[in-house]
Amino acid sequence: MSKNNVGVDIPDSILNQYDYKPYAGTKLGNPVSQRVAPTVRAQFGENKVVDSIADVVKAEVKDGMTISFHHHLREGDQVFNEVMQVIIDQGIKDLTLAPSSLTNVMNDMVVKAIKAGTITHITSSGMRGSLGDAVSHGALKTPVIFRSHGGRARAIETGKIKIDVAFLGVPNADEEGNANGMTGDAVFGSLGYALMDAKYANKVVLLTDNIVAYPNTPASINQTQVDYVVKVDQVGDPDKIGSGATRFTKDPKELKIAEEVNEVITHSPYFKNGFSFQTGSGGAALAVTRYLRQSMLDKGIKASFALGGITKPTTDLLAEGLVNKVMDVQDFDKGAADSMHTNPAQQEIDASWYADPYNKGAMVDKLDVVILSALQIDTDFNVNVLTGSDGVIRGAVGGHQDAATAKLTIISAPLVRGRLATIVPKMTSITTPGESIDVVATEIGIAINPKRQDLIDALSHIPGVPVYTIQELAAKAEAIVGKPKEIEYTDRPVALVEYRDGSLIDVINQVKD
Amino acid sequence: MEIKKTALAGTLESSDIQITLSPATSGGIQIDLDSAVASQYGDQIKDVITTTLQGFQIENALVKAVDKGALDCVIKARTVAVAQRALEQTEPAWEVL
Amino acid sequence: MAETEERLRRTMMFVPGNNPAMLKDAGIYGADSIMFDLEDAVSLQEKDAARDLVYEALKTVDYGTAEKVVRVNGVDTPFYKDDVRAMVKAGIDVIRLPKTETADMIKELVDDVAAAETEFGREEGSTHVMAAIESAKGVINANEIAAASDRMIGIALSAEDYTTDMKTHRYPDGRELEYARNVILHAARAAGIAAFDTVFTNLDDEAGLIRETKFIHQLGYDGKSVINPRQIPVINAVYAPTKAEVQNAQQVIAAIDEAHEKGSGVISLNGQMVDRPVALRAQRVMNLAKASHLVDEEGNYVEE
Repeated sequence: MSKNNVGVDIPDSILNQYDYKPYAGTKLGNPVSQRVAPTVRAQFGENKVVDSIADVVKAEVKDGMTISFHHHLREGDQVFNEVMQVIIDQGIKDLTLAPSSLTNVMNDMVVKAIKAGTITHITSSGMRGSLGDAVSHGALKTPVIFRSHGGRARAIETGKIKIDVAFLGVPNADEEGNANGMTGDAVFGSLGYALMDAKYANKVVLLTDNIVAYPNTPASINQTQVDYVVKVDQVGDPDKIGSGATRFTKDPKELKIAEEVNEVITHSPYFKNGFSFQTGSGGAALAVTRYLRQSMLDKGIKASFALGGITKPTTDLLAEGLVNKVMDVQDFDKGAADSMHTNPAQQEIDASWYADPYNKGAMVDKLDVVILSALQIDTDFNVNVLTGSDGVIRGAVGGHQDAATAKLTIISAPLVRGRLATIVPKMTSITTPGESIDVVATEIGIAINPKRQDLIDALSHIPGVPVYTIQELAAKAEAIVGKPKEIEYTDRPVALVEYRDGSLIDVINQVKD
Repeated sequence: MEIKKTALAGTLESSDIQITLSPATSGGIQIDLDSAVASQYGDQIKDVITTTLQGFQIENALVKAVDKGALDCVIKARTVAVAQRALEQTEPAWEVL
Repeated sequence: MAETEERLRRTMMFVPGNNPAMLKDAGIYGADSIMFDLEDAVSLQEKDAARDLVYEALKTVDYGTAEKVVRVNGVDTPFYKDDVRAMVKAGIDVIRLPKTETADMIKELVDDVAAAETEFGREEGSTHVMAAIESAKGVINANEIAAASDRMIGIALSAEDYTTDMKTHRYPDGRELEYARNVILHAARAAGIAAFDTVFTNLDDEAGLIRETKFIHQLGYDGKSVINPRQIPVINAVYAPTKAEVQNAQQVIAAIDEAHEKGSGVISLNGQMVDRPVALRAQRVMNLAKASHLVDEEGNYVEE
């Protein structure tokens, strides 16, 4: 047993078998790493366009390979299920599935592929629904590896993830594979996560329903990277690509938390001209953006950049001149996607540029303020965004660990959800270390990490924002919902949670029924 | 006390619990619980229902409870309401409240 | 008048009595008073269940410093007596009687409340009452109603039923409520109790809510009933004193303290006498300033 830096006991067998070091802290020093490069089969203007996914799969996908997909089409994705079905039908076995993340629309197909023996290994940002349930109950023989977006970029660059074939859905491409995410029926804006696959996979297969005249510009993915262009009927359902979180919430509790988050930001030392921020998606995050806009107008403050997953309220700030640049790794709604097309100050960035701890400098390192969510928060400020209160996998690391390294990291979460406490003495798993969390904002008040005396001084006297210790918040939550029975697990690991540097921060075990 | 008729109280809205109470001649208080938080709070929910029903001297009953994340106070209130309806009592149960 | 120390009642938030999610969260929005509704918000079939639910919520949920009010069903309904008994047993702060038309109705309520306090061993006189005026007859009798009992803490205008009774409906400018608003306010002030204005129902019209709140604030109302937590900060902002008002109040209080220290009977500030109304207004401004987070616990103005 080795205890890692967030107090998790990790069996030596796991460290040895999967070649891990225990998580040792958020300070990474200046690690030196060796990049890997893909295998390239040269082409000289031959026609890359094919009509049949089956032909490409037959030619390129072999037993034991690693295949990848991106999740930019979110719940509207039609590429993943179509390709996976072909792979299952061809009887291919023992694949490692290494997508940027898995959305609900993919769940049943992944479960089917696991049962067929087609998929035996998975690494992802997260998973939910029937897939999370199946994995938590031991559907896979080897544990899933969860990595942050920055962590996945690192793993791809250093060869920990070696992608044999990447299947990438795009809303447009020319015959040679020049493509972007900005025009077409299935427009989704930034290709940020998929750009890693395009650069590092041995074979890159674009799938599109929209072949345009050569040469296609602007080209986010370009022809030097692409082996095949597959013409399909539809890559995505436009109505489901937007995350559905683009409406401002009317939930008074969410609005109250959002107002409080804004108070924390505007009373912090970082709220000054040229500050930078990341807000993410979800109704509460959108509401924060609205309040922040008003505060910026009132105080005459402008931001240098907004980072990460982008929504229309953020691109509106760009259009209004309140934000100088939007650095965009993914777009959560069509408004944000359209803005990337029309506003040159909205820069598409890949996952490495966004958040990779093993490159020569990622944008999260320059980030002042980030607002993140949580399924659970413990009394050491550690955060869980992967497993539910019942221990079942139902979330994603996303950029959580990466963006949490910002100078001011605020977790926005209700004290309780239904009968479940959000702030608890012990979580079902740890995703992001408390060392990188500064403030937790709930509907009844905030808690400030005691390591941040400067923030305690700055934030302790905000009118109408009571400050509690994190232990007090946990006690208040338990007073409301009662003490839960502890979740029981078997000793069999079903998932390994990497910290962004590739060390092991937690092990998720199979839940006992 | 004998349950006179099958009764229902509560809704399927978030934070509520819908409880159906039916007569039984033996077997004690048997609870069929459907709850997303059963692994953490299932025993506690059943305990509140059982204790509350015992307050009405109900010894045998079939209980169907569909929980949507109700707190104990809600579970107790809904159990009181369903018990009174099933027992056809109109005067509030002051000794149970 | 039931209380000597003046309590802030800028907002009275309506909470439907049969809604567990709203009952659970009612305490987090900073309403000065929370009104649990057993009457109009609850269907006839659910009166028993709502009563049980509000009872258990009052016994277990922490509503902080908010004043807890329950609107019971009317005296002419079969639910009224049990509502009153259950709520007194639960330890409610105030029982609000709907459709109050005469002082006798309040007297009957007070008798029922007193009996329930005895029955359930609660301190005699600990349960207060208030009246909702919802008809022409109620407005006509407002003076007697307001003064009907020393348990009375307030009187409220409920405009939906009232305008129906008056053969009109609500208009954006509120002129149809002019007489009732003034009568009720005078009845309240003459009896030394609080006056609550009616709800503003259009949640999407924030400008309208601000306009109406400014108007009733100018008249002298203690506050407004609210049907959504989002209205609370809007109303509180209207009731927040200006910086000049706060500074003036601070000077008045400093002058009073100074006079007390010197043992001087006559208090003056900038050459003007500080009499009782001036002192009371200063204290009220400071209470509002504290509640509006404009001054800290020591009474120092918070610079934004």
